[in-house]
Amino acid sequence: MLEVRDVRKAFDGFQAVGGVTLGVARGQIAAIIGPNGAGKTTFFNLVTGHLRPDAGVVILNGRDITGLAPHDVCRLGMGRSFQRTNIFPRLTVFENVQAAFISHRGRGLSFFARVEGLYRDETYAVLESVGLQDKAGEVSGFLSHGNQKQLELGIALASEPELLLLDEPTAGMSATETRETIRLIERITRDRGLTLLFTEHDMEVVFSIAQRISVLHQGRLIAEGAPAEVRSDPEVRRVYLGERAR
Amino acid sequence: MIERLARVPWGPLVMVAAFFVPALGSRFYTFVATDVVIMGLFAVSLNLLIGYTGLVSFGHAAYFGIGAYTTGILMKKLGVPFVLAFPAAGLGAGLAALVFGFFCVRLTKIYFAMLTLAFAQIVWAICFKWNDVTGGEQGMPEIPYPALDWMQRLPFFGDFRASDHFYLVTVVLVALCFWTLRRIVGSPFGRLLTTIRENPERAEFIGVSVRRYELIAFVIAGIFAGLAGGLFGIFNRGVFPDFAYWTKSSEVLIMTLLGGMGSFWGPAVGALVLLVLNQQITSYTEYWPFVLGTVLIVILFAFPGGIVGALAAGVTRLRMRHA
Amino acid sequence: MVSSGALPDPSFLFAQALSGLTAAMFLFLIAAGLSLIFGVLRVLNFSHGSFYMLGAYLAYQVVQWAATTPGRFWWATIGAALGIAALGGVVERLLLRHLYAKEELYQLLFTYALVLILGDVAKKLWGTRQLSVSRPPGLTGAVELFGTRLPYYNLFILLLGPAIALAFWIVLHRTRTGRFIRAAALDREMLGALGVNVTGLYTGVFVIGSFLAGLGGALVTPVKTIVPGMDVEIIVEAFIVVVIGGLGSFWGTFLGSIVYGQVLSFGILIFPRFSIFSVFALMAVVLIVRPWGLLGRPLR
Repeated sequence: MLEVRDVRKAFDGFQAVGGVTLGVARGQIAAIIGPNGAGKTTFFNLVTGHLRPDAGVVILNGRDITGLAPHDVCRLGMGRSFQRTNIFPRLTVFENVQAAFISHRGRGLSFFARVEGLYRDETYAVLESVGLQDKAGEVSGFLSHGNQKQLELGIALASEPELLLLDEPTAGMSATETRETIRLIERITRDRGLTLLFTEHDMEVVFSIAQRISVLHQGRLIAEGAPAEVRSDPEVRRVYLGERAR
Repeated sequence: MIERLARVPWGPLVMVAAFFVPALGSRFYTFVATDVVIMGLFAVSLNLLIGYTGLVSFGHAAYFGIGAYTTGILMKKLGVPFVLAFPAAGLGAGLAALVFGFFCVRLTKIYFAMLTLAFAQIVWAICFKWNDVTGGEQGMPEIPYPALDWMQRLPFFGDFRASDHFYLVTVVLVALCFWTLRRIVGSPFGRLLTTIRENPERAEFIGVSVRRYELIAFVIAGIFAGLAGGLFGIFNRGVFPDFAYWTKSSEVLIMTLLGGMGSFWGPAVGALVLLVLNQQITSYTEYWPFVLGTVLIVILFAFPGGIVGALAAGVTRLRMRHA
Repeated sequence: MVSSGALPDPSFLFAQALSGLTAAMFLFLIAAGLSLIFGVLRVLNFSHGSFYMLGAYLAYQVVQWAATTPGRFWWATIGAALGIAALGGVVERLLLRHLYAKEELYQLLFTYALVLILGDVAKKLWGTRQLSVSRPPGLTGAVELFGTRLPYYNLFILLLGPAIALAFWIVLHRTRTGRFIRAAALDREMLGALGVNVTGLYTGVFVIGSFLAGLGGALVTPVKTIVPGMDVEIIVEAFIVVVIGGLGSFWGTFLGSIVYGQVLSFGILIFPRFSIFSVFALMAVVLIVRPWGLLGRPLR
């Protein structure tokens, strides 16, 4: 479904991503792990079009999307959540998700319709699947961190993607919240038949649900494969030595 | 009680009440009211950019000026009737906004603001120098009134002066513009504009082509600013280059801020307050800029939400106390 | 005017180039402060031009008061620059500082409000008549250079500009404070986390910028008449210079001043209706084609 070949990106001489090749099959749950600064978020940005790669290609469902603008990439079936919570703070929870539906269903250029009840059912369906239906009317900027992350997921889902990219979905969460979030993500992925690619710091999370793991270090792939293989890879162990396990 | 008051459709009510200003019989009131209504439209059009899309334009007066000159030139030099010259103002301004906006939306924040300013000053310079078409520095005085004799046959309003008749026409036209803008703002398009304001990066990744939406908003705002300008040129009995000067842009920006960019009617309220304040202050002193600057500082520090914002906050506080 | 077909007189060209360079040096003084404040505080300070104007008025006033004291021009210049620096410090500490947490628009509008207020303050204190200050004794007279007459005062300015640029550069790149300033321009949060007094640094930067504006204003008095409206005129030109050179780039500002000075100087010859239109057209072109200017950092 997703194929990334030899992408590179440098900033002012610093090679953030140096030739990464990666593939995710349809329906798979894949993870990218690596220490801080390994280039995970940069890699995501290259895939979603927020950054243009210096070299390499990104192919989605057989179609070359390298360098396409983010809004085009989104329309081709990719959804994304961000590491730092990225919602629409002064809009309500309902409005946040509804906006994604409006855009995705192509009603964005409608100037005279009334927006109030548009896509109400679909929006509530998504809110329910992420567990925020009770908070629909609240201003999203005032939500707790955990709730905002749930909303993030909801917004990504409302774009009805086939491939979901989640950038550190459990960042800043307690152990309980993390477990719940992972369960939620797994359930949604299964129910909707999504393909999932996510980055994470928390090893427990990764090894519990990922079918395939890629390890990034200083912008390069140093290992790849099923969880068991990666876990026992000596290079990976060397890189993570000294890294505090959560 | 507060709930009921808050639910009253103040905007439309005020527009209806506006009809009866000429009945007060004073030339002065009609004059001020016309000014307020037109500038109110100008300010609300700017707020589509600032308050709804998050685009701060320092050069909105360019479209106001282009609208004014379009109507002025058509009516004075080419004898085109108002019924065509007025929409032409919107068209001319809209086209300019399309061209200028195309370049402006490729930039963000301060660069965007400065390019809007640069374009506005270019428009001003053209109006200032192109003597043959725009009358140059002297502008175009004596724009004719539209043919409004038919209004003398109206029941209640028939006996008013020409300036009153024009005022009534202005109220109707501006009300139509407000209605249109209100619909746009409350539409799916309007909602997506707010996502751009809140978080352009995220908006991109729900599939919104931010540049395209910003350009559309820019053009719509330009059209309505142009319509306001078209009306203003006639009201002012003359069109002058300073309609496009940066001070006009800053005036309308302050109106928007004063009234409150967080609501639809806020900027119109700001226009009313600022114009009335201007009338009062300039009759006492020549130091209006000083007063304006002080007002601006007070808003920035104490009332960032503007007048409407402060009112809304007060209402919320009262609501909570009575809850 | 240059006649078509014939080669322009070289000494005439040289004179134009010199006048462009002189204008550029004055502009650089102002633009440097503007660029510094923008680079570190991220505020485009509209009131910078007002500080310039007040520096001019203040220098004029001190010269009037000092009547026949020897060296009064220099006392007035230093006094004006220091006075404006103090004004800047007060403005930043008491007012501007509280707006940093808010949106950029608020800070911009605040500086604009200052323009309105300070403009009227100047009008109240000094009226609207044109004022001027004579050149300091010792720098009257001129020198003959390649067929043109270059006043000593202008020569002084032509030398002072690069001298200040160099001094600036040394401070920015060779002193500890300079390093902090450059760091603050890149990542203020990190700097604060490292224990550096970022708030004090901000005030300091604003004060230095204001000092330069006041200095520029004081130094320009023998060359230009002091009139209301000089605040707006200079801030527009300073913006253009900073945009051409690149917002936040130091040598960019210097280069931008020189480029702009020459464009202005020669543009008026080629196209007499040059100034008001082309100045903004130039800014628009730069913003469209290369918003980060000649030496700034690309945006995306």
